[in-house]
Amino acid sequence: MDNTNSSGTTTLQLVLAWGFVGIPLVWGVFQTLLNALKLFQ
Amino acid sequence: MQTASRDAGGWFSRSRTVAGPGYSRWMVPPAALCVHLCIGQAYAFSVFNLPMTRLIGITESAPDDWKLTELGWIFSLAIFFLGVSSALFGRWVEEGGPRKAMFTAACCWAGGFLISAFGVAIHNLWVIYLGYGVIGGIALGIGYISPVSTLIKWFPDRPGMATGMAIMGFGGGAFIASPLSVWLMNRFKTDTHVGVMETFAVLGIVYFVFMVVGSVLVRVPAPGWKPEGYVEPTQATRLITRNDVYVYDALKTPQFWLIWWVLCLNVTAGIGVLGQASAMSQEMFPGQITPVAAAGLVGLMSLFNMGGRFAWASTSDYIGRRNTYFVFMVLGFVLYCLVPYTGSVGSVTGFVLCFLIIISMYGGGFSTVPAYLRDMFGTRYVGAIHGLLLTAWSAAGIFGPVLVNYIREYNVTHGVPNAQAYNTTMYIMAGLLVIGFICNFLVKAVDARFHMKPESEPALDIAASAAKA
Repeated sequence: MDNTNSSGTTTLQLVLAWGFVGIPLVWGVFQTLLNALKLFQ
Repeated sequence: MQTASRDAGGWFSRSRTVAGPGYSRWMVPPAALCVHLCIGQAYAFSVFNLPMTRLIGITESAPDDWKLTELGWIFSLAIFFLGVSSALFGRWVEEGGPRKAMFTAACCWAGGFLISAFGVAIHNLWVIYLGYGVIGGIALGIGYISPVSTLIKWFPDRPGMATGMAIMGFGGGAFIASPLSVWLMNRFKTDTHVGVMETFAVLGIVYFVFMVVGSVLVRVPAPGWKPEGYVEPTQATRLITRNDVYVYDALKTPQFWLIWWVLCLNVTAGIGVLGQASAMSQEMFPGQITPVAAAGLVGLMSLFNMGGRFAWASTSDYIGRRNTYFVFMVLGFVLYCLVPYTGSVGSVTGFVLCFLIIISMYGGGFSTVPAYLRDMFGTRYVGAIHGLLLTAWSAAGIFGPVLVNYIREYNVTHGVPNAQAYNTTMYIMAGLLVIGFICNFLVKAVDARFHMKPESEPALDIAASAAKA
């Protein structure tokens, strides 16, 4: 019995996976950056 | 027989996560980030502190409301159980595979939030200690080590960069959790309600979905898999082994304890200033750094904490793990000694630069250490050994703040002006890094008697067994 997952990875899958984690992370970094700018005001 | 028992976990079993041909290893970092971005919320738990002191009084604390000191124990318990669970369950995580571990972490993390929501609803702090502190803390431990160990196996050519990506996510989780939690509390609050219970419930559900996606995406490489074009060194270099060390044998080596102290001292030095940066900057530069600017500094430091995790760990792939820690110790020593000088000459820019670099090395210490362990003890049990090493984090979590707070208090009560009250602390932190330098210097290759022999290896090679079946 072959227990391996035989399907290959498509570019779309990669984009979706990275977008799934990347978009919230970029949003969070942007919010923090806005807060950090107060140091220079 | 072995295969049958290993497949007993069904979809969660390690054998069902073995990647087939064509699977891109670049799918694994997002899977790891799904977990680390969620459990990284722990760094942002403090946003709930003030609202939780007004659950009854709503606009201000009522006599029966919880005190900040009581609430502080929730985070402390969670970090304590992070260390305990990563040490206790490390071997289970390694042998059971990442999907089972990540799903378990998802259940514990979401369960911790839902139990805490119930604790808020019945206003019982012990229920929250159990929910977020104990069960959530277990999720932190299991969720922290499992993706890291998987990434190391997928990126033998760049293990530092790989672990840096995941552990960067742990640092970045707070960036998402903090504004999201505030937004949710504002959505749910009414004139008679602060909205913490509903926020806990929503976060629990959202985090569960996110982490389950990670457990669905994750795969382990097939036995013998290597990245395209990667040629494994035929001979081990002096500080990068090609052998594996069994998890409990690693504890018998001086290398484990030397690295334990290197991490502990590096984290102690960083955590001490991380928690006090706001107060310290305002007291050292009265009139120059306002409370609003200090909040900005804390935000900037958290960005450098996150960026340092990726940048330093990636750098370690080129300059070596031991050399990276040498940089942390030497550069850290110089910067800690410079901080009092920047205060005496009133250089805000110099002070901010020192703190930003220090905090980037604090983050870098966390993300470089899994690859350091992999170099010393091999990939087989690196997750479990990493779990044991994280007890150094728990210890540093006590040493760092205690050192900063008590020495400052001692100085102030002995007539030292507020602006100079932190100077002694900075020099002590620099001294700790000298000890760290010596520990790192003493790290040599692990003695061959600790290496696993093929005939003594526990039956672990699931994929190999599965392939035979």
